[in-house]
Amino acid sequence: MAPETNTDNQLFQRHKYKLKREKRIVITWQLLLLLAFIGFWEVASRLYWIDPLLFSSPSEVIQVLFSNMADGSMVKHIQITLFETIAGFIIGTLVGILFASVLWSSTRFSKIMDPYLVIMNAMPKVALGPILIVALGTGYVSIIAMGALISVIITTLVIYNAFNEVDPNYEKVLKSFGATRWQQFKEAIFPATLPAMISTLKVNVGLSWVGVIVGEFLVAKQGLGYLIIYGFQVFDFSLVLSSLVLIAIFAAIMYKVVERLEGWLIKSKT
Amino acid sequence: MSFLTLDHVTHHYFSASSYTKALKDISLSIKQGEFVALLGPSGCGKSTLLSIIAGIVEHTSGNVFLENTPIKPSDKAIGYMLQQDYLFPWKTILENVMIGPKIHRSNDPAIRTKAEMLLKQVGLTGISDDYPGSLSGGMRQRVALVRTLLNDPKILLLDEPFSALDYQTKLKLEDLVSTTLKAFNKTAILVTHDIGEAIAMADRIFVMEANPGMISKVFEVPIELRQEAPFSVRKHPKYQMLFDKVWEELEDKEGNPAE
Ligand SMILES: Nc1ncnc2c1ncn2[C@@H]1O[C@H](COP(=O)(O)OP(=O)(O)OP(=O)(O)O)[C@@H](O)[C@H]1O
Ligand SMILES: [Mg+2]
Repeated sequence: MAPETNTDNQLFQRHKYKLKREKRIVITWQLLLLLAFIGFWEVASRLYWIDPLLFSSPSEVIQVLFSNMADGSMVKHIQITLFETIAGFIIGTLVGILFASVLWSSTRFSKIMDPYLVIMNAMPKVALGPILIVALGTGYVSIIAMGALISVIITTLVIYNAFNEVDPNYEKVLKSFGATRWQQFKEAIFPATLPAMISTLKVNVGLSWVGVIVGEFLVAKQGLGYLIIYGFQVFDFSLVLSSLVLIAIFAAIMYKVVERLEGWLIKSKT
Repeated sequence: MSFLTLDHVTHHYFSASSYTKALKDISLSIKQGEFVALLGPSGCGKSTLLSIIAGIVEHTSGNVFLENTPIKPSDKAIGYMLQQDYLFPWKTILENVMIGPKIHRSNDPAIRTKAEMLLKQVGLTGISDDYPGSLSGGMRQRVALVRTLLNDPKILLLDEPFSALDYQTKLKLEDLVSTTLKAFNKTAILVTHDIGEAIAMADRIFVMEANPGMISKVFEVPIELRQEAPFSVRKHPKYQMLFDKVWEELEDKEGNPAE
């Protein structure tokens, strides 16, 4: 018995080692690619293959970031944009789930609403920007509204579909115990669609960034979207690119947080 | 006095383009404490009939009475074990089993002990905190059985409750269910494809035919067999006789072999 377990264990160790090695190779290549991109950008800019005024260069971007971080102005812009995006993201997702639940609670109501939802979904939400600004003012409220609006309809549709795709036999089991419709929702529909909700969260991260940046383009006096427009107006493309880099970093962090949340929820629920 | 009465129950399944007549003119009456088995080819409407009695599917015509009152949807007095287990994958075994009391908002502290005792009786120990995903088909089926039994219904509707079990476990559980139901004088309807199981457990056997689903013949199980536990019924001399008669009836009705 003993020698056999030994080889089993050896095989397992070898398998683990192989996985680790594969992971290392992938990460190495990812880093190399990033370095190559930055290096090429720097060289191209220095040697005037690309116009440094338009495309700036990594060293310029880093310099802009550092000087703006040091005097604290950048931090302020980052804070406001992050606040707007996270608020828009959370409101859009929650309201979407709420709408989907209301639709689920009445099949007839959902049938009546169907064409309106389709139209609202097809409409480019950012086109509503000017109306929002008139209605809600030029402050951060209308920007958050934009961030939420852009994701709320698609969330409603996706979650409502997920609700309907839950195996009706789960409801049957609950009905056989005399469950009310609310209890069916709480015990079967909602937990069964949790994975679908998490995946809409991931989509909504990207969408709320779009909404907020466009909102900031339109009205803001602060925020990363504002910096992009400002940099564009004064022809400071190092500032534009610095803001873009920041957006990319924070959007990636938000996405990772949602992914963590997913791992945690799925682990605790299955 | 009749405990459960079906009076000319007919059921159609409708789709946008057509309909299926799943049941036609089913009339039967079952006494308090009686154990009835339903046998019949696949698709003859056995599961549909149970769903109607459970109040989950609304029949298109006819009447169903439980203790002389029309059944209402989701009566607590009815325990229905569906053909598939449909355990909730996001709930632990214990949470799955205790879903009935949870729905009824019962906070009887003894119910948990009872749940664990029932799990032990069906041969499942130390899995209360596991999730259904890690259980075999047979184990899941036993959990579903416990979920139905725990609710202490007056009438049990069991849709092929032992189909996923190995033969030995199946015989043991037949004995367990049969003696438990007899002891508490519960009424039960058992759907099965196993003629032996029907004879071993039931007082009466309804044989159904398909297209449309109807009751073609009713067999009374002799009193000598009824008094025995399912395990010993199979060894009784009268068992084989009844088996052959039921077999013949099924052969007649199926024409070509089902499935
Ligand atoms: N939800 C449904 N929609 C439409 N038709 C259905 C539905 N459920 C069952 N049927 C049809 O009704 C008939 C009876 O089905 P049912 O499930 O009651 O049969 P069964 O006797 O339980 O079969 P089995 O032994 O295979 O479980 C079949 O012809 C089936 O196709
Ligand atoms: Mg069936």
